[in-house]
Amino acid sequence: MRPINKFLIGLLTLAMIISVVGCGAKTSGPVTIHILTQDQAGMKPAEIDQIARDFEALNPDIKVVMEYVGYDAIHDKITTGMAANPPAYDASMIDVIWPDEFIKAGYLLDVTSRVTSDMKTGIFPSAWNGVTRNGKIYGMPWLMDTKYFMYNKDILQQAGFSAPPKTWEELVTQATKIKQMGLVEFPIVWSWAQLEAVVCDFTVLLYGDGGTFLDANGKPSFNNAAGVQVLTWMKQTIDAGLTNPTSITADENAVRDNFIAGNSAFAVNWLFQYSDSNNPAISKIVGKAAFAPMPVFAAGASAGVVSSSVDGSSSFGIMATTPNPDQTWKFLEYLTSNAIQTKFSAEMLPIWQADFQGDALTQLLAATPTNPITVPAFLGQFPYANERPTVSYYNEGSAALRLAIQQALTGIKTPQQALDEAAATWVTLAGK
Amino acid sequence: MAQLSKPMVKRPFSLRQQDARVAWLLLVPSLIVLLGVTFWPILYTFILSFQNAPSGINQVRTFVGLGNYLEMLKDTGFWETIGRTMYFTVASVSVELILGLAVAQLIHSRPWGWKFLRFSLIIPWAVPTIVNGSMWRWIYSADFGALNGVLMQLGLIKHYIPWLTFPNLAMPLVIVADVWHMMPFVALILQAALAGLPAELDEAASVDGANAWQRFWKIRFPLLRPAILVALIARTVDAFRVFDIVYILTNGGPASKTMTITYLTYLNSFSYGKQGIGAALSFLISFFTIAMAIIYIRVLYRPEEN
Repeated sequence: MRPINKFLIGLLTLAMIISVVGCGAKTSGPVTIHILTQDQAGMKPAEIDQIARDFEALNPDIKVVMEYVGYDAIHDKITTGMAANPPAYDASMIDVIWPDEFIKAGYLLDVTSRVTSDMKTGIFPSAWNGVTRNGKIYGMPWLMDTKYFMYNKDILQQAGFSAPPKTWEELVTQATKIKQMGLVEFPIVWSWAQLEAVVCDFTVLLYGDGGTFLDANGKPSFNNAAGVQVLTWMKQTIDAGLTNPTSITADENAVRDNFIAGNSAFAVNWLFQYSDSNNPAISKIVGKAAFAPMPVFAAGASAGVVSSSVDGSSSFGIMATTPNPDQTWKFLEYLTSNAIQTKFSAEMLPIWQADFQGDALTQLLAATPTNPITVPAFLGQFPYANERPTVSYYNEGSAALRLAIQQALTGIKTPQQALDEAAATWVTLAGK
Repeated sequence: MAQLSKPMVKRPFSLRQQDARVAWLLLVPSLIVLLGVTFWPILYTFILSFQNAPSGINQVRTFVGLGNYLEMLKDTGFWETIGRTMYFTVASVSVELILGLAVAQLIHSRPWGWKFLRFSLIIPWAVPTIVNGSMWRWIYSADFGALNGVLMQLGLIKHYIPWLTFPNLAMPLVIVADVWHMMPFVALILQAALAGLPAELDEAASVDGANAWQRFWKIRFPLLRPAILVALIARTVDAFRVFDIVYILTNGGPASKTMTITYLTYLNSFSYGKQGIGAALSFLISFFTIAMAIIYIRVLYRPEEN
């Protein structure tokens, strides 16, 4: 063998040895944790980044890398991220509808032993319900959110209405007059795109009409009379030009954009819309947005339904295969701590019960300019937040319902046909 | 040759063989990487397509034979999605080919500003598909879109139109966005092929009295056939697997009217946790694209004409 060849082989072998040894070598310095969350409801990315930097200053041995994506991308980023070992993320935001699926898949770390008694008693019980299954806790509550009914005070005043609607029928009356007066072309805007958002709005309306998602036996009941009436009403408001037809392609951000541009009188959305409506950099309706209790249908009101919304809470789950569970938990403890949640309460209100009582309440109300409005709105609306089904096949079942609603809204199928087909899919999924 | 004159030494391998051994040794790391990132995932997906494979850690996988394939082939939703994807593919590739050929011919005729035209063609193609999708979403926006703004300015519409909410209009609008993005690719391939054609043929035909259309249709077009075949196969395979522009523009809506086969595969694999079904769908996509490529080659490839 020629010397040059020997030299090349030697070099190659050396390079391979170095790379193999290098792979196993531990690097010194802080442990880096990767956290995935949404850029929509909840704190703004800039606020979370600030919290992460403050945490790093307190814990120099931990470096936090945040990743923000749209809500509708998070679920699939978690499932793809978990295909790697170690996983792509050490922790992720977990929507209230995902724990059953992710627990079944083995993605979430059981953190029961890490939860202190202060946390257990201090945080709202409903927040714990979202992450607790069979007595085990699979996440740290983070955000308690529900859909709110917001209206433009100026437009209502110009239309001669002294109060917002209490029923959806009353909303149609007000919207009709607003449209006739030419104050806005389409008075109502919703997030009815073929996404989870449309299921949230449907849930709001369904329970407001006295309906339910599933019956007592866990079988779908959204295709019963109330569900069909609700979907028929949704389509009628589009046909009458009261609901903005672009709602069919709108997610919550698009609803926010439409409302804060002053293009609509009424909107149903998460809490984040309120602070954005008062941001002069992006809003044309600063000081004009207001909350009202979510209306119900007259039939629902007769049946004793006071208000109806949907639970959109979320938590942070630690990925089961993370090599850094302790560091990740430490960060989540900090992120969800009472002090941090009070300080950054402009976009989301604290999960801690004590913050809504006594001196702490006074402190919370003073924490941001919008809190004197959002805190009473939260206390008034959250008790009427309805749960979507907690089943492991929720995502696929929900996709069938999203399709059904869109088929009815676009006139491809009647509400009854469309909902019956979605219900049949739920039954099939439940039987698998 | 000097080596041949040296005294014969008993060696196990010739120099050529020794060089080959070294070459193979040097190639081994690359081959391992290639096998790891191409062959193994294909094999793994193929195995997965015969299993009931829910997403998750330590999930039990069961062999279901052709069950996943049969489940899809029996599903009317699958065939609707295939039909929709074929519609997208045929429409977008046809328009891209016709427009691409026209633009290539225009550049080839070297009108005033042809260099600028050729350069500007690269811009839409160079834009990432995700950016292109976002741009067209804003163009089509019912509330703030440029399309509504222009049509209003021209007095063609009285009210803003929510373009993407119409079930039968959504797919053509996605096709327009795709054509804008990918037509330059076809045009550049065909323009390069046109530039390589011998000018004498054109001149001779001209002397013989052929008009411009006859020169194009009888002379240039047959000679362009190999380039058209390349563009057709590349674009058809790409268009049949369309995903990102649909994901950004419509999320498959309204009422799944823009749901394509790759989007369905994505949903099954990642949103619904059905990896077996997703793997089977991936191989069905491969089957359809290979079948279309074979048809193109059978119809268009005529080596005797080259």
